[in-house]
Amino acid sequence: MIPYPEPKKRRFSISRQQSQKIGFTFVRLISLITVLPILGIIVYIIIKGGSHISWEFLTTMPSDGMRAGGILPAIVGTFYLMAGTALFSIPLGIAAGIYMAEYASDNQWTRIIRVAIISLGGVPSVVYGLFGLGLFVLFCDFGISILAASLTLSIMTLPVIISTTEEALRSVPYRFRVVGVSLGGTQWQTITRIILPQALPGILTGIILGLERAVGETAPILFTGATFYLPHLPSSPLDATMALPYHIYVISTQVPGMTSGVQYGTVLVLMVFVLGMNLIASLIRSRARSRRQW
Amino acid sequence: MTEPKIRIRDLYLRYSDGKEALKGINLDIQPNQITVAFGPSGGGKSSLVKVLNRLIDLSDVEEMHGEVTMGDLNILDKNLDVVGLRRRIGVVFSRPIPLPLTIFQNISFGLEVAGMRDQKMLHERVEKALREAVLWDEIYDRLDDPAASISGGQQQRLCLARVLALEPEVILLDEPTSALDPVSTAKIEEFLEIAKKDYTILLVPHNQQQAARMADQAAFFLQGELVEYTDGESMFINPRDKRTQDYVQGRFG
Repeated sequence: MIPYPEPKKRRFSISRQQSQKIGFTFVRLISLITVLPILGIIVYIIIKGGSHISWEFLTTMPSDGMRAGGILPAIVGTFYLMAGTALFSIPLGIAAGIYMAEYASDNQWTRIIRVAIISLGGVPSVVYGLFGLGLFVLFCDFGISILAASLTLSIMTLPVIISTTEEALRSVPYRFRVVGVSLGGTQWQTITRIILPQALPGILTGIILGLERAVGETAPILFTGATFYLPHLPSSPLDATMALPYHIYVISTQVPGMTSGVQYGTVLVLMVFVLGMNLIASLIRSRARSRRQW
Repeated sequence: MTEPKIRIRDLYLRYSDGKEALKGINLDIQPNQITVAFGPSGGGKSSLVKVLNRLIDLSDVEEMHGEVTMGDLNILDKNLDVVGLRRRIGVVFSRPIPLPLTIFQNISFGLEVAGMRDQKMLHERVEKALREAVLWDEIYDRLDDPAASISGGQQQRLCLARVLALEPEVILLDEPTSALDPVSTAKIEEFLEIAKKDYTILLVPHNQQQAARMADQAAFFLQGELVEYTDGESMFINPRDKRTQDYVQGRFG
């Protein structure tokens, strides 16, 4: 029999239970610290901007060089940009995601596409802005417009939608595809009637998160669609528009004598917008998870 | 003997990973009989099932040749309308795999993708299929419930019903009762005994007792070869090949 080595006696020894307790307390503390800044930001913005939110603030045009009045055009502009981005990025993103998940075989070509998609996600947003300026504003001659900005934001959003669509489709068990085909369905019928509906909540979540990121961005619309001030609401896709993130930038840096109420009120609106979308995405996800049959 | 329903000649199959699943199989599957394909796992039974309705197309196959025909239809034909073939040769898998749809939709799916739109006709066919699979009386009042909500045994009969709804000529069953309790197993077996007057049935049994119970014809598969093929009684009482004897008497496997 081989004897176990005698455990070394230490002068200050702690039991395993104690060390576990210390470890757990430590990680709990750390995780709390990481959440604190986020909570801090939210609380701070609500305190500073909450009192400035009113129906009038949300529904009227700015006045006095944007120092007073509302932020209606920025809100409306952000909605337009989101709608435009959705219009382009959703169909393209879903189509590409379906191709990648269901049809593309693993070869040189698809590997290149995959790498391209991943790299696109890592490109700094200002680069998208410059690209949009070159391609859509100048080359396509759309001018500084909602159209050009939406297309630019779409290119930025596409990788998110493509990869979440692909992932959502892949998470649907393969056996359903076999059954669908074995019952005389074509691959396409099986995907559209069985697989896609199951993947839809995941895809929807990806779309919302992608759009949410897009509407919060300043750099891509800086050169492509955003404008400092517009005395009226945009009336065509070829008009430039105000938008919340750019508006925040403008009133924080470009307008002297700005009141902090307007600044923080605007930030609060954007934050509610983005967090609201996040919340919807989480709700869809948890609802789908509880209903799932597999 | 009558004209075979399916003729298999020199069927050879090798997967991309180099595994030889079928090494020159010759087999005539008789109409209106239960042909049982049995043997230890890895013998090629499931591969044979996949070839017959061309689900093998979904696998990575390196080489497949030989001759598989149903009447005038060349099943191995690369340009074959596989969708049409799969409507004529249905398959039930070893585990119940209800589609994540309602009970009704599980059955109507195959009909709808085949182009049936008429709601009244769909309802008729669904009811007929459920009655045939002896499931109607148990679930007629919850056809719009999710298919996953019924028991495993009922799910497997649902899987059978959705195959029957397509009015196939041949039904392939790959260990259809391996996930079922004895009562549910008996229901499937009873169905098969009755159904063979209307269909040609190829059954991969999940144990040898089932093989012996069900076999009109029995085919013993071992490592990709068809060792012996004869009527059920001879196979299990008086097998000719030494390997069959050893397996049937439980010396290996």
